[in-house]
Amino acid sequence: MTANPWVRPYVLTGGRTQTNHQLYVHTLVSAKHFDARAAAKLSPESRRLYDRVRLGPQSVAELSAHCGISLGVTRVLLEDLASTEHLQIAEGAYDSPFDHRLLKRVIDGLSELG
Amino acid sequence: MAFPSSADRPALTVTSAKIVIAGGFGVGKSTMVASVSEIPPVNTEAWMTQAGESVDPLSDSSAKTTTTVAMDFGRVTLAPDLLLYLFGTPGQPRFWPMWDDLCRGASGAVVLVDTRQLESSFPAVNYFENDSDVPFIVAVNLFDGKLTHSLEKVRDALCLDERTPLVTVDARDRRSTAKTLVTALSHTMKSTPTRA
Repeated sequence: MTANPWVRPYVLTGGRTQTNHQLYVHTLVSAKHFDARAAAKLSPESRRLYDRVRLGPQSVAELSAHCGISLGVTRVLLEDLASTEHLQIAEGAYDSPFDHRLLKRVIDGLSELG
Repeated sequence: MAFPSSADRPALTVTSAKIVIAGGFGVGKSTMVASVSEIPPVNTEAWMTQAGESVDPLSDSSAKTTTTVAMDFGRVTLAPDLLLYLFGTPGQPRFWPMWDDLCRGASGAVVLVDTRQLESSFPAVNYFENDSDVPFIVAVNLFDGKLTHSLEKVRDALCLDERTPLVTVDARDRRSTAKTLVTALSHTMKSTPTRA
């Protein structure tokens, strides 16, 4: 699954397993612009994530799956990339997943799908 | 693959929401996700590396099975600034730590049941009744378009609270799936305060 099966996953994060942001599996990550020079300096895993985000805002789960990096490691690396301003982690426009304004918007969107 | 916009995009705050599709193995969770997803549903062996757990690929195979799990999800762009993600839960109870992770921040949940193997969805109903704050509904997947047991019998067999909505769905059908998801979120609205 990971690029190098001989490296224990959290070696890639310097042993860190926690993130400061609330990174849900569906939290969106995006990049304002792509800096090739900065990308060249990243670790292979961080670089894969950064490259992938060029395609547009994506969830943590999508990035983990498409880059073949475990979810936990993906979270830590994404937070690192955000702290160095390579990436932005969407804070979300609503405080709660149960915010009725959000629910109403999703319901309206789904109703138009049929 | 369609993504909302390209490089040097203007500052558009994109919001994401999530609905969890739970239920036993083979009840149609992946089919339901696929019926509305705009991306091929991602079904991949993902490493769930929980802090403190051994994830050494060199260790014995039983240890490995506790950390390898299929992730199953899809995405629907509802508006340029609104994405909905659907996450199917892994079937086996040993993946419950992952259920917590998948359900955190979810706006609602659908427990999918197959009346031919009702018991396979018992753990999912138990989970949402006892171990989760995410409001849920139960949907009977009509495999052949027919309801083989009355909804009342299904409700009894599941010991389902009368306040929990119970509906039928054809998980292969986009419209039917969308309608079920609307029912789930409407239930969340009724079960949560206006200013949640």
